[in-house]
Amino acid sequence: MRDDPMEIARSGTPRRTSHATRLAGHSESASRLPRCAIVAETLSRAFGERVAVDAVSFEVAAGEIFGFLGPNGAGKSTTARMLTGFITPTSGRALISGIDMAVRPSAARRHIGVVPEEANVYADLSVWANVMLMAELHAVPKAARIERATRLLERFDLAGRAEEKGAQLSKGLRQRLMLCMALVSDPQILFLDEPTSGLDVASAHLIRDIVGEQNRGRGMTVFLSTHNMDEADQLCHRVAIIDKGRLAAIDAPDALRRRVESRRSVEVRFAQFAGRPDELAPELAHAEVTLLPNGFRAYTSQPGALAQAIAVRAAALGLRIESLATLAPTLEDVFLSITSHAAAKNGGGRAA
Amino acid sequence: MSEFLWQARAALVVAKKNAMVYYLKPPVFTFGIIFPLFFYLAFAAGHAAPPETMAPGIVAMALFFTASAVGPLVTPWERQAKTYERLITSPASLIAILSGDVLAGTVFGAVLALLPLAIATLATAASVVALLPLALGIVLGSLSFAALGVLLAAPATQGPSQVMMLSNLVRLPLIFVSGVFIPLSQMPAWGRWLAPFSPLSYCADLIRAGFGEEHYWSAPTDALALCAFITGFMLLAARWHRRTRDRVV
Repeated sequence: MRDDPMEIARSGTPRRTSHATRLAGHSESASRLPRCAIVAETLSRAFGERVAVDAVSFEVAAGEIFGFLGPNGAGKSTTARMLTGFITPTSGRALISGIDMAVRPSAARRHIGVVPEEANVYADLSVWANVMLMAELHAVPKAARIERATRLLERFDLAGRAEEKGAQLSKGLRQRLMLCMALVSDPQILFLDEPTSGLDVASAHLIRDIVGEQNRGRGMTVFLSTHNMDEADQLCHRVAIIDKGRLAAIDAPDALRRRVESRRSVEVRFAQFAGRPDELAPELAHAEVTLLPNGFRAYTSQPGALAQAIAVRAAALGLRIESLATLAPTLEDVFLSITSHAAAKNGGGRAA
Repeated sequence: MSEFLWQARAALVVAKKNAMVYYLKPPVFTFGIIFPLFFYLAFAAGHAAPPETMAPGIVAMALFFTASAVGPLVTPWERQAKTYERLITSPASLIAILSGDVLAGTVFGAVLALLPLAIATLATAASVVALLPLALGIVLGSLSFAALGVLLAAPATQGPSQVMMLSNLVRLPLIFVSGVFIPLSQMPAWGRWLAPFSPLSYCADLIRAGFGEEHYWSAPTDALALCAFITGFMLLAARWHRRTRDRVV
C-alpha cells in the first residue's frame, strides 16, 4: 500500500542518501553533512493527563531546512519549545549541535536563534535597542553587533525605523524585527514558529527570502514550524507531520507527494456546467470529487486517462471546456490524507 | 569567557533591560514611591514624635517598598507582553535572568532611598554617625527586598496586577512587625517574636545604628541575617520560577 499514510509514518527515520543529495542542490553546506544540528530523542511532554507530545524522534542535519507541520493542537509548538529549552520534556531528550539541552542549556542556546509563536518585541524599547538586547544576551562583541544590526535592519527594511519604539510597529514589521533579533547573534540554527502567520504578502515574502538566503549562503539550519503548506513546500528540504502528538510522516516534500498517488487529480472547468460529474465519466460516481464553479476536481491515480475520457465525453455533449489540467498531489493533500487517516483510525473521520 | 562571567554579564544585560523597560511603569511608580509616601504621611499624622526620630524608619520603609516593587512586575509583565519565551530561550540562565531582576530592583531601591536620606539629614536634626551600618543596611536590605520581590513574581500568572496584589499582601504585614517606626525593644512580646522573620527588621536595625539610634541586634548579626534572607529568597525564587516557567504557555 504505497499511499497508506501509516506506511509513511512507519518510515519516520530520515533517508540519508536521498536527503543529502537533495540538500546538495540547495545549500553550499552540503559538504558538512551528515552532522546533526538537532536531535529529538523520544521527546514526550504531558500537561496533567493530556499527552501533548508522545515519543517524537527525528534528526535534522546541519544546513537543512526542516519543516514541522501539523494541525492546531498537534504538538508542533510544544515540540519546538522542548527543543529550545523553554519547556522541559516529561521524557526523552533534545540535542542541539550535540549538546544536551537538559544538561547544558545555556551552551546549547548559544547556537540557536528563536522566533517563538505569539512572541513579541519589547514595546517600550526602540527597534535598535531590541536588536542590541539580543546581541548582548548572546555576548556578541560591540563592533560586531553594531555591524550586524545595521546590516540586518537594512535587509529587513527597518533601517529608517531604528529609533521607533516596538509599540509603534505593525504586526508585519514586528515580525521582521523578531527575525532580526534572532539573527543578530549569527546562530547556527534558527527556530521559526509560524513566522509568516497573519502577515501581509510582502512581509511574508521577505521573511521567506531571507530564511532561504541564510540557509543557502551560510548553511544555517532552520527548524520551521508552520501551518502554511506552500511555505513548507517552497522552503523545506524535508518535512515532518505531527498529529495528535505523534510523528505521522517524515520525508522530502516530493517523496511524500509520490506516496499519495491516489491524490493526483483532474481539474476541469467549462464555459457553463450544471450537470453531475458522473455524467461525463461514469467512474466518478465512486470517486472523490470536489465541485467547483462551472466544473469539478476529481481525485484519481490515473489522471491522464480520466482527463481524456472527460474531454471526449464533453465534446460529445457539446460542452465547451475552458480549462482541463492534471494535477500532482500537493503537500496539503499529503497532510490531509495523513491527518484524516489518523482521525478515522481514532473513530473520528473526516468528510471527503 | 568562563560560564560564571558569561552569566554575570547576562545578568547585567537583563538588569539594564529592566531599568529601561520597567522603572517608569505605573505599578512600580505607584507601589514603589506613591504608596510608601502616603503610608508615611498617614502614620506621621497620628504621631507627635519629632521628624528626626522617624528618619531611620522612613528610609527603611522607602527602601523596602522601592526595592521590592520592580521584581513582582517583571516576570508577569514579560509573560503578558509575550517577551518571556524569547528571554528564557536566550543563553542567559534562569539564575542570571533572576539575578538581573534582583539587581534592577536593588539599584532602584538604593538610589531612591537616597532621597529620604538626603531630606532627613538636610531638613531635620537627624545625622548619620556610622556610615558602614547605614551602607550595609541600604545595600543588603535593598538586595533582600528585591530578591523577595522576584520570589513573589514566581506564581504562574499572566496578570501583573495579580502578583502586585499578592506582593502587597506579603509586604504590608511586614511593615508592622519590623520595628520600622517603633524600635523593636519597645514593641509588644508578639512583635518581638515575629520581627526576626522579616528582613526589614534587620535592615531597619542597621539603618537605626547608622543614625546613632538604639538598635536591637549587633550590626554583624543584622548583616548576616540579611545575607541569609538574600540567599534563601534567591534559592526559593530559582526553584519556584523553574517550576512555573512553562506553566503559562
